[in-house]
Amino acid sequence: MPAITREEVAHLARLSRLDLSEDELVHYAEQLNVILGSVARVSEAVQQLGQGQDIPPTSHALPLVNVTRPDVERPCLDPAEVLGQAPAAQDQRFRVPRILGED
Amino acid sequence: MTTSTMSLPTYDEALASYDPVMGLEVHVELGTATKMFCGCPTGFGAEPNTQTCPTCLGLPGSLPVVNAVAIESAIRIGLALNCDIAEWCRFARKNYFYPDMPKNFQTSQYDEPIAFNGYLDVEAAGRTWRIEIERAHMEEDTGKSTHVGGATGRIHGADYSLVDYNRAGIPLIEIVTKPITGAGEHAPEVAKAYVAELRELIRALGVSEARMELGQMRCDANLSLRPLGTEKFGTRSETKNVNSLRSVERAVTFEIRRHAAVLNAGDKVVQETRHFHENDGTTSPGRVKEEAEDYRYFPEPDLVPVAPSREWVQELRGTLPELPGARRKRLQADWGVSDHDMQSILNAGAVDLIVETVSLGAAADQARKWWMGELARRANEDDVDLGALPITPAQVAEVVALTAAGKLNDKLARQVIEGVLAGEGSPEEVVAKRGLAVVSDDGALLAAIDEAIAAFPDAAEKVRGGNQGPAGQLIGAVMKATRGQADAARVRELLLERLSG
Amino acid sequence: MSTAFDGDLTRGTAAALAAAIKAGDVTATEVAQAHLDRIAKVDEKVHAFLHIDAEGALAQAAAVDAKRARGEELGPLAGVPLALKDVFTMRGVPTTCGSKILEGWRPPYDATVTRKLREADLVILGKTNMDEFAMGSSTENSAYGPTRNPWDLTRIPGGSGGGSSASLAAFEAPLAIGTDTGGSIRQPASVTGTVGVKPTYGGVSRYGLVAFSSSLDQGGPCARTVLDAALLHAAIAGHDPLDSTSIDQPVPDVVAAAQRADVLGMRIGVVKQFDGEGYQAGVLSRFHEAVDLLRELGATVVEVDCPSFDSALSAYYLIAPSECSSNLARFDAMRYGLRVGDDGVNGVEEVMALTREAGFGPEVKRRIMLGTYALSSGYYDAYYGSAQQVRTLIIRDFDRAFADVDVLVSPTTPTTAFKIGERVDDPMAMYLADLCTIPTNLAGNAGMSIPVGLAPEDGLPVGLQIIAPAMADDRLYRVGAALETALNTKWGHPLIEEVPSL
Ligand SMILES: [Mg+2]
Ligand SMILES: [Zn+2]
Repeated sequence: MPAITREEVAHLARLSRLDLSEDELVHYAEQLNVILGSVARVSEAVQQLGQGQDIPPTSHALPLVNVTRPDVERPCLDPAEVLGQAPAAQDQRFRVPRILGED
Repeated sequence: MTTSTMSLPTYDEALASYDPVMGLEVHVELGTATKMFCGCPTGFGAEPNTQTCPTCLGLPGSLPVVNAVAIESAIRIGLALNCDIAEWCRFARKNYFYPDMPKNFQTSQYDEPIAFNGYLDVEAAGRTWRIEIERAHMEEDTGKSTHVGGATGRIHGADYSLVDYNRAGIPLIEIVTKPITGAGEHAPEVAKAYVAELRELIRALGVSEARMELGQMRCDANLSLRPLGTEKFGTRSETKNVNSLRSVERAVTFEIRRHAAVLNAGDKVVQETRHFHENDGTTSPGRVKEEAEDYRYFPEPDLVPVAPSREWVQELRGTLPELPGARRKRLQADWGVSDHDMQSILNAGAVDLIVETVSLGAAADQARKWWMGELARRANEDDVDLGALPITPAQVAEVVALTAAGKLNDKLARQVIEGVLAGEGSPEEVVAKRGLAVVSDDGALLAAIDEAIAAFPDAAEKVRGGNQGPAGQLIGAVMKATRGQADAARVRELLLERLSG
Repeated sequence: MSTAFDGDLTRGTAAALAAAIKAGDVTATEVAQAHLDRIAKVDEKVHAFLHIDAEGALAQAAAVDAKRARGEELGPLAGVPLALKDVFTMRGVPTTCGSKILEGWRPPYDATVTRKLREADLVILGKTNMDEFAMGSSTENSAYGPTRNPWDLTRIPGGSGGGSSASLAAFEAPLAIGTDTGGSIRQPASVTGTVGVKPTYGGVSRYGLVAFSSSLDQGGPCARTVLDAALLHAAIAGHDPLDSTSIDQPVPDVVAAAQRADVLGMRIGVVKQFDGEGYQAGVLSRFHEAVDLLRELGATVVEVDCPSFDSALSAYYLIAPSECSSNLARFDAMRYGLRVGDDGVNGVEEVMALTREAGFGPEVKRRIMLGTYALSSGYYDAYYGSAQQVRTLIIRDFDRAFADVDVLVSPTTPTTAFKIGERVDDPMAMYLADLCTIPTNLAGNAGMSIPVGLAPEDGLPVGLQIIAPAMADDRLYRVGAALETALNTKWGHPLIEEVPSL
């Protein structure tokens, strides 16, 4: 596996909305390389242990399917209680900093 | 780049060199009672943040549970679109940050949609177009932001935004076409016809009212051009959230011209999202992203797979109503109207109004006569949809019934319709208020007939002698005396009786 | 007050306290107050709690006493105090998950586990310390400072549920709730000489459990005895329509299994992969003695080969960070919790990034970035995809093993409690603490850790892990209780009584 560069860490930080310091970028690049170097063996393990067979991935430990609920209303939260926990609120809405984006 | 309409080639010029390829993505909000993954109600217009719970607010610890009716609706839409229904599929998380998306991921479907590989036939430009459907998948809607402050009140100038999560988590079905090729100059019309047909279909299925003006149905229009005679697709633009049929047509038209201008200048089309502007029919670019979006999709671990049994799918197939295309053909036959007349009825948006009027007892030709005549004229004059006129199919049916019973004649019926439109009440009430009932009292009519005979003895004599020609003069006099409220047929009957006896 | 506890209510087991309250020997209020007093006395040293809800606890205790006074039937744990890991929501009570980003958040709703505890009339004393968002094996990653191991205050109490395990070993509570994503109930139990159970995935509702890794997280009971764990397990388990991954089947009768306490005729497999190199000598010697004891008690012991288990840790450190990178995206300063940098100039993206930078600790950031990387297009197949395939192989190894044996056993963790600070700069060394516990999380089956003695070299507790197939949680309790009984007989008292006084 290719080593993760400082630039890649910066990209990951942007994707995950972390305003990392320069020190952190360097530090995490090192650590992620160590961790990934160690865990990258999963592909090899699949090759070896799977003995060349096609191994399906498991996303859910238990094989449940078709769990649904009836289309029936349940009680909502009191907006005052919810907005009371918000960093900022106005007109019974969550107030958020200006959005520099599209609609 | 900025593009003013001035510098663009005309539509015909653009089409002379390029072949448009479209892809349409339509989002439909399902009309379920509750949201996709929680039991909050979905009603429109509630006070902000009153229809929220831990799940649709994305509070820490909350979990989703799938709405059974949303799955059922998705399968029915898939079947109506001639799709295959997945035997096994999953939800996935689409990860990106946005304040109106409470979890900062959208629970959607990715490589395993519930329905795929279908088609929808639509009529446009005098022929049928088969629009291939790539997939229909389930996902959830976002909340709504209001941008506050700044010069324009638009997002770019705003100081801050206010978010209401009532809409967050409302079930959406996203229907994606395969690339639509070969429409040529008819591309905008075909796009509009497709969205219109899809809307009819959704309504016929009863899964959503699909009201575009309320955002219940929204279209993203992808467009690219390729030089005529070439195969390879060009770079596409995606015009987001187009919210009326007319806008779909206009947006595609504009993008064809804009792309042609870019290509003519030897430039490259930028792959980007764009916004459509109702006021001048143009589009403008969304924010250019510095980095390509990477949504890091992965199977949603909080939900288990959906595996609809074949028996259930078969059962749902049995619940499909007559689909709009078939229904139109049947109605045309039932009503015995020409292709041209049927098209006019469709264009006027009168089909359902006529059907409903007929279902309330009116004869089809009468229902059609009113909706396509007097009322269509009024709608046109007032520049509103036929359905938006302040008169209901029940009221039209009542007028037809009163006429059939001889209580109104054609002239009076028109006045009644006018009264209803003027807000004077139901047809019965207008009749009463305006005193419009046909004079059906034979005694009163006979008195008027006798007066007419006395006034026009010559004419009366000729009729007595077997010449019915002058009867019209006598009937006219009676009608005049009764201010048009007599039933002309009955007057004729009584007159002839009188002069033959 | 009764003399059944030698005058110290905090030394009572949950079963004994419940019985005494039911019999009227002691009131729930007295029991609650005794524990609150103990917390006031020792928690400064241990730091097991992030929040004490004295008012709520006493109100709940008073309600139990009133119920009894009215002659109403009391449940099997009515009036027993409990420490709740700060990862479960509790309406109106601070829930931080050990993170600054949630400082001051008072959830507007109860987790299903919290609701069930209330309904069973347990008395919730407060919220316990944990590694931030349950990411860690030492509780050193708490933004509110580490918890200390009552056996040796310079050592870690395990993690992420170190607050829960320490509260038990410090006699601050007879029962606690933990969550186990890679071992966060069992490993803390192991290093504090207590009992911890990770139920079958889907056995206990995750509704209101703040997610770290959704496909692995599971809440479960922590106690000082196997029977107490079983009683608590029975109180919190069961189907919940609010959790799609909850199992809609009857809960195995874990209490009866704990009372039965025998292994006669059972086949027990020793996992070959979790032995030998890399394990502390005292851990192995206590483990093997315990296995011998199981044999003496009538079980057939065989060695079982599970080759995929060697890759479990790697798969875990791809799957858990991937899911966490998505689960923790919601902490964005918009709707609750911390907000940093909202100065009217910064846009929403900056405020989100500044808040997350300030609000998350280093381990959380590390895992978020690791997960973001593993899910990125271009890397997904090699990392996340392969990890999910390893999961399949692990499930197959378990299936093969359980076709032959009733339960598997191994050491719970390779070493006894290490020193605070010893592994903080070496993530890979830290991750090794969960080596033996992770396969169970990946497969979704059930695991328990029970104390099997002290390592001779350091005098610190050693835990033995028992693993049972999904929905066979009762087998854990049968084996655990049998071993516990035999060990207590051998020692002449429960191991926990050897914990130094604070
Ligand atoms: Mg979508
Ligand atoms: Zn909701």
